[in-house]
Amino acid sequence: MPDQFLYAVEVIINGLMAGVLYALVALGFVLIFKASGIFNYAQGVMALFAAMTLVGIQKGQIPFAKLINTVMGTELEHFPWTVPVIPAIILAFGVMILFAIIVEKYILKHLVNQPEIILFMATIGLAYFMEGFGDIMWGPEIKKLDVGLPQGGSFWIEDMTIGLGGENFYGFFIDKLDMVATVVAILLVAALTIFSQYSKQGRALRAVADDHQAALSVGISLRFIWVLVWSIAGFVALVAGIMWGAKSGVQFSLSLIALKALPVLMLGGFTSIPGAIVGGLIIGVGEKLFEFSIGPLVGGATENWFAYVLALIFLVFRPQGLFGEKIIERV
Amino acid sequence: MFYREAGDFKTSYEDDSQTFPIKFDRLRYYAVLAVAFGIIPFIINDYWANAVFVPLMIYTIAAIGLNILTGYCGQVSLGTGGFMAVGAYASYKLMTSFPDVSILIHILLAGAVTAVVGVLFGLPSLRIKGFYLAVATLAAQFFLVWLFNKVPWFYNYSASGQITAPERTVLSIPVTGANTDAWAKYMVVLLFVTGCAWLARNLTRGSLGRSWMAIRDMDIAAEIIGVNPLKAKLSAFAISSFFIGVSGALFFSVYLGAAEVGEAFGIQKSFLILFMVIIGGLGSIFGSFAGAAFMVLMPVLMKNIFVGALGWPTDLAAHLEFMVIGGLIIVFLILEPHGLAQLWRIAKEKLRLWPFPH
Repeated sequence: MPDQFLYAVEVIINGLMAGVLYALVALGFVLIFKASGIFNYAQGVMALFAAMTLVGIQKGQIPFAKLINTVMGTELEHFPWTVPVIPAIILAFGVMILFAIIVEKYILKHLVNQPEIILFMATIGLAYFMEGFGDIMWGPEIKKLDVGLPQGGSFWIEDMTIGLGGENFYGFFIDKLDMVATVVAILLVAALTIFSQYSKQGRALRAVADDHQAALSVGISLRFIWVLVWSIAGFVALVAGIMWGAKSGVQFSLSLIALKALPVLMLGGFTSIPGAIVGGLIIGVGEKLFEFSIGPLVGGATENWFAYVLALIFLVFRPQGLFGEKIIERV
Repeated sequence: MFYREAGDFKTSYEDDSQTFPIKFDRLRYYAVLAVAFGIIPFIINDYWANAVFVPLMIYTIAAIGLNILTGYCGQVSLGTGGFMAVGAYASYKLMTSFPDVSILIHILLAGAVTAVVGVLFGLPSLRIKGFYLAVATLAAQFFLVWLFNKVPWFYNYSASGQITAPERTVLSIPVTGANTDAWAKYMVVLLFVTGCAWLARNLTRGSLGRSWMAIRDMDIAAEIIGVNPLKAKLSAFAISSFFIGVSGALFFSVYLGAAEVGEAFGIQKSFLILFMVIIGGLGSIFGSFAGAAFMVLMPVLMKNIFVGALGWPTDLAAHLEFMVIGGLIIVFLILEPHGLAQLWRIAKEKLRLWPFPH
């Protein structure tokens, strides 16, 4: 087989893996959008905040240390203990649930029946707030996230595939972390599907997504569902935060993955979970292939905008996205 | 008592259709203009010009532009930073290619170039609506910033990739470059902000503005009663982009002097201007001023309080600023979703009845 073709295959595989990570973030968006009609821009910052909290708990950092030190003149920094991985993850999830309750109680409750754009702006405000809050709480420096996930390329796959090409071909380079992420994402989607199809709360969730008022009239508590769905989104954010954080460290740029997830959503449709997955894969493969084939001709770094332009062109032909509900407009 | 229509008799159609029908409003308008043109230029210093007045007025122009698109025509855009970059780079290319032409003309031309780009990116709005459009405009943001970064022709092949405004004069007084006086900067920007606000105000109360508002309120219904959505949407994109381009050109040439596209015109700028429009009030020219003033003054104030008065480290103050901005946006949306302009409207209604509210 020609090397060029094999390189392209490698790019496609890596693109698929990256796409899974995009899909993971997009999933959080879709969940909240379906259940509350809110386009939650803060999803990326939630992932950042969750990852920061996890690292902070693991290392036994004292929250707000710098603020307390500045105001009180003390020299606090760390608790005398560190927390193992599993309890730390559970505690971080607890923080995200607390966060969901606070958001519902102090923001969403007051914004019922507002136009979508106002809700969207509120989540941007929330994103700003959490960005500052997270930095004050845990400190702004880049943190290393270590939860025992495998790192680096997989030698096994390289050894297995080295015979396919000529002598300049060294086998496929595939990050182990990306493979773990893929498995985790598949498990997460399966779990969410089972939860929403077969549990009582899941049924309530789908009812709310279908029609708020009808759900209210059969006795479903909207406020509970919102807390629930924001908690689930918080959990998805935590998973996404762990995956991205393990890959590139916990830092501000983590919050920008929300921007990466937006074209995924447009492509897949805002209301469709399979759409988020398929959209993520298309974007992941598309941008990697584009960078591989066209990128060198135009100066590289096309990954910044390719996804958006692809989604834009796609939407002109199919305004509701791949799997979105058909938009019916009436006067 | 003094703020009412009673006793102010209109005897001609011109009187009846003027912008400020109440006499007090008219006087206030002239008084503000007189202070802005007649007093402030003589007492302004570098700090006030660079920290407050110049950015405030430049952002106001951008906010008016976005308000036309989002507040009047209902098309949410997150590409403002990208369009400002188009204005900045267009003015840079014009300034360096035609050094003899007045910079004022260059800035207007930069606005026109941005209008063309805006129409181009506005074309999908005929098919895509709502959030999908908002996200689609992000394509403009990222693509334009990337383009100005990667194509050396735009920054005249300079080694740093930055663009630097050469010194240009108006009536032989320098207005760009290092030797500019504070008052000269102020006057140039004031000239543009006055012109833009006047233009926007009159456009939005004319037939074009009405067709935008019809599209905003319900596009299908507007189409049925004979508003051409193609014309209305694209004209809104064009005019909005014109304003944003002018503001981008001023931001680069008069305010910054030198700019790097990713830093000066990144996605944060788009959000900042959207915040101004929301906090100020969607669909209000006064709101654009109020929102820009709020978003420019608040960080200055917070910095003075936390770093200046309390002596906190700057990074802590910066994070706190993020929290306060985010919190205030949420509080504003909950308490007054129609923004500062609505508070102003309520105050005027109350004033009309004062001092006998019953």
